[in-house]
Amino acid sequence: MSELAFFIDYSRCIGCRACVQACEECDTHRGQSMIHLETIERRDTVQTAPQMCMHCEDPVCARVCPADAIKQTPEGVTQSSLKPRCIGCANCVMACPFGVPKYEAHIDQMMKCDYCFDRTSVGKKPMCATVCPSQALTFTTREEIERTRRGRPINEWRFGDEVVRTKVFVLVPPATTRVDVGLGALRAGKNGPHIRPVAKDDVAALLEDLP
Amino acid sequence: MSEDAKRHLPLWRRDFPIRWDEDHYVTRRQLAKFLTLGSAILVGANLAMVAAGRTRTSMAYPPQRLCAADALGPGESLLFRYPTAQDPCILVRTKTGALVAFSQVCTHLSCAVVYRPADDRLFCPCHEGVFACHEGTAGAEPLEGPPERPLPRITLDVRQGDVFATGVVS
Repeated sequence: MSELAFFIDYSRCIGCRACVQACEECDTHRGQSMIHLETIERRDTVQTAPQMCMHCEDPVCARVCPADAIKQTPEGVTQSSLKPRCIGCANCVMACPFGVPKYEAHIDQMMKCDYCFDRTSVGKKPMCATVCPSQALTFTTREEIERTRRGRPINEWRFGDEVVRTKVFVLVPPATTRVDVGLGALRAGKNGPHIRPVAKDDVAALLEDLP
Repeated sequence: MSEDAKRHLPLWRRDFPIRWDEDHYVTRRQLAKFLTLGSAILVGANLAMVAAGRTRTSMAYPPQRLCAADALGPGESLLFRYPTAQDPCILVRTKTGALVAFSQVCTHLSCAVVYRPADDRLFCPCHEGVFACHEGTAGAEPLEGPPERPLPRITLDVRQGDVFATGVVS
């Protein structure tokens, strides 16, 4: 029996915000949710996706922190910023490819999901996985996932030329082995920067459409 | 992270690692242990130095003729070098008529001591240290001034009217 891991199945998300509520109720950051519910392709669908911290093996947020405020535990959990150290520079906010860290201006500090470290370190499940009604967020073993789901759990992402491995798994169609994420419109190719066509769900393009 | 990968990291990153288990925190207890043990080592070292200063070592060297036994009258002294040419010594016939010899190197800061017939003592002019000058098994013990340790005694032997130096008791 392999150890417990976190699995996200975006296709199961029903947008009920239970995870957000559960996260807000935590006493360590009351009223402040560390999990974000993202909307996908707003124009065409109501599909939502929970975005918690993916806990990268080599966390770029910690790499860019100038104040040594983001630490990684031996279990591979990337902690939220340490209160006495965080200087609110938002380097991590800009560096994270998943958009997880958020700068909270009212406390001048970055806050992000810490895998419910107070719970998972003593063998409990993270709060969001405990409350998710459709089990889009699951904290279980790999065997259990393979037994009950059709998708394939992977933890490897590609952003441009950068390959990122994460502690948190996402469920993808069985043919997929790695999630490739396209970068923005500008990307340096062999022949210099070239312009990519803008996707129809590009938020920046949506804003440009406004009168 | 492997040792090889760590070597390629910049120094500041090695000092401030991302992972908890690579960080070296000094706990309060570690600091207290360090201070306690360090203090104990210092105390022990001091005691060892005191003990080393109190032990007498007696060394025999090849005999060396100094002078005729009746060459010195009471209150007179003679300089010689023993056991090597780098070791200045002083031979004294005290007021009481005893023949004694000591190293001339003051145990404070190595100035040369001289014999003062007025008070029958060895005197160091640099910092006004005073040593006793009489027969006995120990060296010339310090009486006044900065010296803390006695002057090494040169053991003497009188054979057929000649004075010989035979060894050093330090």
